[in-house]
Amino acid sequence: MVTAVAAVRLRDLFAVVMLFGIYSLVSASLFVVMDAVDVAFTEASVGAGVATVFMLGTLSLTTHREKTPIARKPLLSLLVVIITGAALMYGTYDIPHYGDANDPIHHHVAPHYLEDSMEEIGIPNVVSSVLASYRGYDTLGETTVVFTAAIGVLILIGGARRRSKRDDERS
Amino acid sequence: MQILGLYNYWIFIVLMMCGFYVVISRGNLVKKLVGLNIFQTSVFILYISMGKITGGTAPILIAGKDVVYSNPVPHVLILTAIVVGIATTSLGLALVVRIHEAYGTIEEDEIHAQSEEESL
Repeated sequence: MVTAVAAVRLRDLFAVVMLFGIYSLVSASLFVVMDAVDVAFTEASVGAGVATVFMLGTLSLTTHREKTPIARKPLLSLLVVIITGAALMYGTYDIPHYGDANDPIHHHVAPHYLEDSMEEIGIPNVVSSVLASYRGYDTLGETTVVFTAAIGVLILIGGARRRSKRDDERS
Repeated sequence: MQILGLYNYWIFIVLMMCGFYVVISRGNLVKKLVGLNIFQTSVFILYISMGKITGGTAPILIAGKDVVYSNPVPHVLILTAIVVGIATTSLGLALVVRIHEAYGTIEEDEIHAQSEEESL
């Protein structure tokens, strides 16, 4: 949380990206505390690792100083943020408490997965069996999204490079 | 105790508002993407904290023992969300690189000023 606030305040983008990496790592350890080991693995490798590398790559291709903003009405945006936050806080009073085993979320399909997935799938890790088998179509969709994003990045960066090279040859 | 049980949602809200503030108040495009990522991670924390049961353990089955497991369904959803999140972030960063090639800056105000000059 502190690193997130610091990332908001700092002007040097390199430090911002580094702090974002630390923030991801801290949230990964928070996931371990909350029993989500698989999510913590992914967050540590993808969020803290790959995302930071991508951002550093972008900084090396562009610039790493943020200019002091030319009066972008910080008070107005702060007001909007506080009102939204207060509305959300008010909304939490109707939500079930943290760690309560009687929450409605724990009484739908989750007990079925926990009790029967060993017989039906045969993998002790319930997260893997739900991810790859019960909700396999979601994972297929996810791979499609990643594939589309990869094509997009290639077109945006690779295509532009080739075009500028062609222009150079012509001139 | 009535109110203390909700603290996970408050952490989530504070983090989410940090990200939201960056997105609406900063003009630098990389900074905006970092803000979006903070916003996104706060939503991950919300989901994972909903799946936690007090005294529970990670949902990896242990044969012959009577243990409470935390809910695996939010974990699966968030695994998918993290991967989709990195895909969208990398697409956004590629756009930033292209914008920098075209305009020579990644500050929103300067880009607006340049495109207004062009249209005049």
